[in-house]
Amino acid sequence: MLLYILKRLLYMVPTLFGMSLVSFLIIQLPPGDFLTSLTSAIADSGQSLDQASIDRLTALYGLDQPFYVQYWNWISNIIFRGDFGWSFDWGQPVSRLLWDRMGVTIFVSALSLVLIWALAIPIGIYSAVRRYSIGDYVFTFLGFVGLAVPTFILALGLMYISFTWFGLNVGGLFSPEYEQAPWSLAKFIDLLQHLWIPVVVIAISSTAALIRVMRANLSDELSKPYVVTARAKGLSEFTLIMRYPVRLALNPFVSTIGWVLPSLISGVTITAIVLNLPMAGPLLLRALVSQDMYLAGAFILIMSVLTLIGMLLSDILLAVLDPRVRYQR
Amino acid sequence: MTAEPDIVLSVRDLTVDFTQRQGSFRAVDGVSFDLRAGRTLGIVGESGSGKSVTARALMQLVDPPGRITSGSIRLGEIDIAQLPRRGEAIRAIRGADISMIFQEPMSSLSPVHTIGAQVMEVLELHLKLDRKAARARTIELLGQVEIPNPEQAIDRYAYEFSGGMRQRAMIAMALACNPRVLIADEPTTALDVTTQAEVLDLIGRIQRERGMAMLLITHDMGVVAETVDDVAVMYRGQVVEAGPVDQVFHGATHPYTQRLLAATLKLEQPAARPALSVVSSPILSLRNLGKTYQLGIGAFGGKAKGTLRAVDAVSLELAAGETLGIVGESGSGKTTLGRLILRTVEPTDGEVVYSPPGAAPVVVRTLDKAGLRNLYSEIRFIFQDPFASLNPRMTVRQIVGEPLLINRRGSAAEINARVSQLLELVGLDAEMMDRYPHAFSGGQRQRIGIARALALDPKVLIADEPTSALDVSIRSQILDLLIELRQRLGLSFIFISHDIGVIRYFCDRVAVMRRGRVVEVGDAQTICTSPSHPYTQALISAVPYPDPRRPRMQQRARYTETSLGVATLR
Repeated sequence: MLLYILKRLLYMVPTLFGMSLVSFLIIQLPPGDFLTSLTSAIADSGQSLDQASIDRLTALYGLDQPFYVQYWNWISNIIFRGDFGWSFDWGQPVSRLLWDRMGVTIFVSALSLVLIWALAIPIGIYSAVRRYSIGDYVFTFLGFVGLAVPTFILALGLMYISFTWFGLNVGGLFSPEYEQAPWSLAKFIDLLQHLWIPVVVIAISSTAALIRVMRANLSDELSKPYVVTARAKGLSEFTLIMRYPVRLALNPFVSTIGWVLPSLISGVTITAIVLNLPMAGPLLLRALVSQDMYLAGAFILIMSVLTLIGMLLSDILLAVLDPRVRYQR
Repeated sequence: MTAEPDIVLSVRDLTVDFTQRQGSFRAVDGVSFDLRAGRTLGIVGESGSGKSVTARALMQLVDPPGRITSGSIRLGEIDIAQLPRRGEAIRAIRGADISMIFQEPMSSLSPVHTIGAQVMEVLELHLKLDRKAARARTIELLGQVEIPNPEQAIDRYAYEFSGGMRQRAMIAMALACNPRVLIADEPTTALDVTTQAEVLDLIGRIQRERGMAMLLITHDMGVVAETVDDVAVMYRGQVVEAGPVDQVFHGATHPYTQRLLAATLKLEQPAARPALSVVSSPILSLRNLGKTYQLGIGAFGGKAKGTLRAVDAVSLELAAGETLGIVGESGSGKTTLGRLILRTVEPTDGEVVYSPPGAAPVVVRTLDKAGLRNLYSEIRFIFQDPFASLNPRMTVRQIVGEPLLINRRGSAAEINARVSQLLELVGLDAEMMDRYPHAFSGGQRQRIGIARALALDPKVLIADEPTSALDVSIRSQILDLLIELRQRLGLSFIFISHDIGVIRYFCDRVAVMRRGRVVEVGDAQTICTSPSHPYTQALISAVPYPDPRRPRMQQRARYTETSLGVATLR
């Protein structure tokens, strides 16, 4: 097993190399570069940038060098010095921007993930065991509504409700007075008041999808002969369902962890924009629009790493859960 | 005459209905029988007779929409038929007083729990043993069902066991709480004959030792004759005949029982047919045909963990007009051999030469795509599972006509005419050709499969277990159809089967395969009555004989062979 993990880690190196190369290439694909968009932005505001300063900036940022040199400078700085480069747009080191946003993103996303699983797994089990009951139909209906309603509408709706009915300050993670304040109990309560909207909004559509997955998985397992065997032993219905079919129906869940991790970072962009959350999604979007290449590249690289880590995690978990997977190795 | 042993379980007028929107279906209709301590009752019947539903009803295990609607199941003072299906009362009986062995040991055991955990669970539940005591008792039980090294086996998973070992583990689980009644629902149907004989031996011995009452559900008249004391024959939900096994086999009064017995006994004899008139030249020759599989090659290449010689240097000849049977247990390579002939599976070494009468011989290995396609119209397959081998979205007309269409044999009207001709040839009504496969029974579907195989006027048919998914009475009908077609169309057959009875009934010559090799080839009658190779002897003697007065299994020969150096799996 240990050898297997080691091997997998080793295989990740060439994969990562390929991914970083491709992500760097993609950022460079659109015509022009950051300076082009900067010049046009300045031109829009009625001023102009003289050719000398453009040349000076080009040389400063290394934009005149060939692709592979730029790539090498970028990647070697990351690997050897942990330096993700300089954000043109923000005038700050990328790493500072990154870690600020990443912290919030991971916090909000992890909370949503917990909520998703806490809701989807029990409801999915209930729906599968009591298939075609009234409860199942109700959850199915709500599930499809949750899937169909666009997240930004949901976000706007919840904001409206909590603002007009409860008079709460909405948008962002803190009320203005706590924004810069040091941590205190009052600030924490303020955070919770803001937090529930994004967490619910992000969770709802994924929950709906996962309920359907769980229901389908478990329905398949419930008709398997080993369930009858367990019943013939005299186990109570609850024990046997939890111990046998649910255990097997969870396997596909574990496999999804691989792509849950990166989608937590990038998947909630619209929600984050609507709710004005300091998350990674909007930042990435803006970086891509303004061709802020080092910032965008860093995000894409981190998402690739997260994908790989997620895949590895889910494979290891799967092997722990299912002896058949171990056996095939 | 000794007194009858005590009645342990008494079933009276048991009725099980499946209620659905379209109406109610009565699966079990007024069934009555008694199970006595130390005795075995066999319930026989064909698929759909209600025998499995009866067995499950005894433990309130019939799944909705099925439901016991009337009758009683008395276990001592308790009437199981009155207990709620999910109540505590029935759960206290399940696994403790009555336990059950199921048909498919692989899918009936959880794939992600160890064998030990699944047995210990019963002990902890009913006998309230603690973990340590349950483990000790489980090891003891695994020893009693003759699983080697029970101390290690307890922590193994089901997929690490062979079929026979899995069924033994299942038996250990059923015996854990020393039940008064043991229900075995087709316990050996999924096993090879030699394994079946061993498992039946084991069940019988344990039952006698413990004085359990046993109910054995099976479709196999041979198993019934060899193992039970009393028989109940079920047909369409009713017991049509019941009594001591000897009386039922030798004095059957109900026409259905007589038909069933006749169909079974018919397969104990070779079919009446003219002998091969002239020993003609071989139409198909296999020379040192072999297939080696590399095991365990990862996605990134690397060295194979071992090799598996699935088929090893097989040389056989099929004469024109002859039927060659290939018999063997699961894993013997017989199915792979069938596929190697048409290169559906590419052979690793050896030659197949097809020599059609009046044409130049063809070396199959050298054929290109077009050549292979021509060959496919001369040599065709009949498949095992008539349910899986017909596309459910195609009509019979499309299914049977497809080979004609692909090979551009004639216009639409000509193909239609040919399809109706083919359907009539296999005994189906040509007017049925616009129906879909689900409208047909298993036997009829297999006829459709045969019609499809005949569409291009083949010379040779390769039939891989064409009757093993069918009931006994249907089985002999399909075999008779094949015999008739063989004579009318001058076909040669390669007939792959694990069933000695079917082989003897249908084949001229037999090749016995074991672990990829042919151990014996010879005249079918000789092989089936006086085989010379010890493995064949063991195989033949393990086949249950459908006559309680002439048990065969009890005196069976055992064949042990070690270190063949075949698969070196981890």
